[in-house]
Amino acid sequence: MLPPNFPPLEDILRLAPEVVLCVFGILIMLVDPFVPRAYRAPTRTLALLGAGLALGATSLAALHPGLAFYGLLRIDSFSVFLHWLIGGIAALVILGSSDYLAREGLPSGEFYALVLFGTAGMEVMASAQELVTAFIGLEMSSIASYILASYRRNAPRANESAMKYFLLGSFATAFFLYGVALVYGATGTTLLPQMDRAPANPTLLKLGLGMIFIGLAFKVAAAPFQLWTPDVYEGAPTPVTALLSAGPKAAAFAVLLRIMVTVVAASQLWFWALWIAAALTMFAGNLAALVQSSVKRMLAYSSIAHAGYILVAFAARNEIGTAAVLFYLVAYALMKLGAFTLMAHLGGEGERRLEINDYAGLGEQQPVAAACLSLYLLSLLGLPVTAGFLGKLYIFNAALKSHLVWLAVLLAVNSVIAAYYYLRIIVVMYMRPAQQEWAPLPIPAAVGLVLLVTAAGTLYLGLFPGIVMNFAAQSALLLR
Amino acid sequence: MVPISYYLVLSAVLFGLGVVAFVFKRNIITIFMAIELMLNAVNLAFVAFSRALGQLQGQVFVFFVIVVAAAEAAVGLAIIILIARNRQSLNVERVALLKL
Repeated sequence: MLPPNFPPLEDILRLAPEVVLCVFGILIMLVDPFVPRAYRAPTRTLALLGAGLALGATSLAALHPGLAFYGLLRIDSFSVFLHWLIGGIAALVILGSSDYLAREGLPSGEFYALVLFGTAGMEVMASAQELVTAFIGLEMSSIASYILASYRRNAPRANESAMKYFLLGSFATAFFLYGVALVYGATGTTLLPQMDRAPANPTLLKLGLGMIFIGLAFKVAAAPFQLWTPDVYEGAPTPVTALLSAGPKAAAFAVLLRIMVTVVAASQLWFWALWIAAALTMFAGNLAALVQSSVKRMLAYSSIAHAGYILVAFAARNEIGTAAVLFYLVAYALMKLGAFTLMAHLGGEGERRLEINDYAGLGEQQPVAAACLSLYLLSLLGLPVTAGFLGKLYIFNAALKSHLVWLAVLLAVNSVIAAYYYLRIIVVMYMRPAQQEWAPLPIPAAVGLVLLVTAAGTLYLGLFPGIVMNFAAQSALLLR
Repeated sequence: MVPISYYLVLSAVLFGLGVVAFVFKRNIITIFMAIELMLNAVNLAFVAFSRALGQLQGQVFVFFVIVVAAAEAAVGLAIIILIARNRQSLNVERVALLKL
C-alpha cells in the first residue's frame, strides 16, 4: 500500500531519467566490490546501460510534459532537449574514458558511478523550476565533479586542480545560495513563475538576482569569474575535462536561461551584465589561448571563449537567441567531447604528451586521428560545413535581430583571433615532422566509436541542422 | 521582537566576513571555514525571511543547505587530506604547480 502523500505516477515518470541514473549509479557501487579490480567490463556495461536507459526514460518523460512535484520540476520541450544532450554527453564520456582508466590503472567503478550521479544532478538543473531544486541539482553535479577532478590521486597537478575547483566552486555556490535567500525574502517564493506576480521588494530582488548571476557566471566560466577554468581543465584527468567542459556548463546555462525567460525582472536586470560578461569572456578566452603551449590548456581557454559566444546569444534576449544557445550547446559538446577524448588517448601514459610540439607529425603517423582533430578544431573555429559555423551564424543572427551590432562585431573579431591558435595546431600536425621516435598507440575501439559519433555529428549538424534546430526553436518557443 | 533588518545585517556581515577571509587567508582549512561561514550566513537569512514572511518553507531550505554543506565538507576535507599527504603543506601559495 502506498503512503497517502505518494506522488502520482506521472510525476515519477517525469523524473524517470534522473531516477534511472541514480539507480544505476548505486547498482554499480554495489556490484563493484565483488568484481576483481583488473576486470573492468561489468561496471562499464552497467554504466553504459544506465546512460542508455536514461536516454530511453527521457523519451518516456517527454510523453508526459507538465509540472511535477508541486511545480518544482517542469518537463517541457526545453528540458527534454537538455536531457537528450546531457544524457548523450554522459554516454560518450563513459565510452571514451574506459581505455583511459585502464591505461592509468585507476579504479573504474566509482568513476562511472560518479559520472552517473553528476549527470543526474545536471538533469535536475535542466528541468528545475524552483531555485532550491536548481541548487540541489547544482550541488549533485558539482560534488561529483570535485571528486572526478581529483581522480588521479597521486598526481600533484590533479590534486591542485581539484582543490581550486572545490574552493572556487563552493564559493560560487555560496553566492548563488545567498542570492536565492534574498530573492526568497523579496518575493516570498522560490518558484520562478510566481516571482513576477508576487509583490516584491525591488532592492532585495535586484541584489538577489545579481548574486544568482554571479554564482552561475562562475559555473559557466564567464569573465571575470573564469580564472579557475584553465587550471581545473588542465589538471583534471582528460576524460573528466571532456565532461566538465560540456555537461555542467550546459546545465548552468539551462538554469540561467530558465530564470531569464521566466522572470521578467531578471531579464531586465541582467542585460548589461550579460553584455559585458559576453565581451570580456570572449576576449579573455581567446587572447590567453594565443600564448599557450599546452594543447589541453589552450582548449580550456577556448572553452572560455565559447562560453562568451553563448552569452552573446543570451544578451539577445529573444527566442532566436534561446534556440541559438541550445543549438550551440549541442555543437560545442560534440566538438569538445571529441577533442578531449582524442587528447586523452594521445597523451600517453601519465598524460605527458600534451604540448603542441608533441602533435608534430601526427598527420603521417595517425591520419584518422589527425583528420578528426582537424575537424573539431575547424568546427571550433567556425568554418563552413561544420556545426560550429552554423552555431555561430545563429548566434550572430540573434544578436543582430536584437540590434546588438557591437556585440556581433566583437564576436566576429574574436572568431578571427581564434583562427590563429586553432590553425597552429593543424599546421604543426601536418607540416612538421615528428620530433622523436614515439608513435601513439592505435586508437582503441571505444575511443574510435566516440570519435566517429562526434565527428559525424559535427558534420551532420553542419550540413543538415534542420532536425536539431527545429527542436531547439520549438523548445525556445514553449519555454515561456 | 527583534526586527528582521537586524538579522539581515548580521547575515550580510557574516557573509562579507566569509568573502574577505576567502580572499585573504592562505591556509586551505581556513579558506574552507570561510565558505562554511558564508553558507551559515545564508541559513540565517533563510530563517529570518521565513519568520518575517510567516512561512515554513525557508526553514525547510535550511535543512537542505545543511545536508549539502555536510556532503561538500566530506569531499572537501578528502581533497585537503590528499594535498597534505602529497606535499606536506596546506599553504595555498605553495600549491602552485599550475600557473595562473
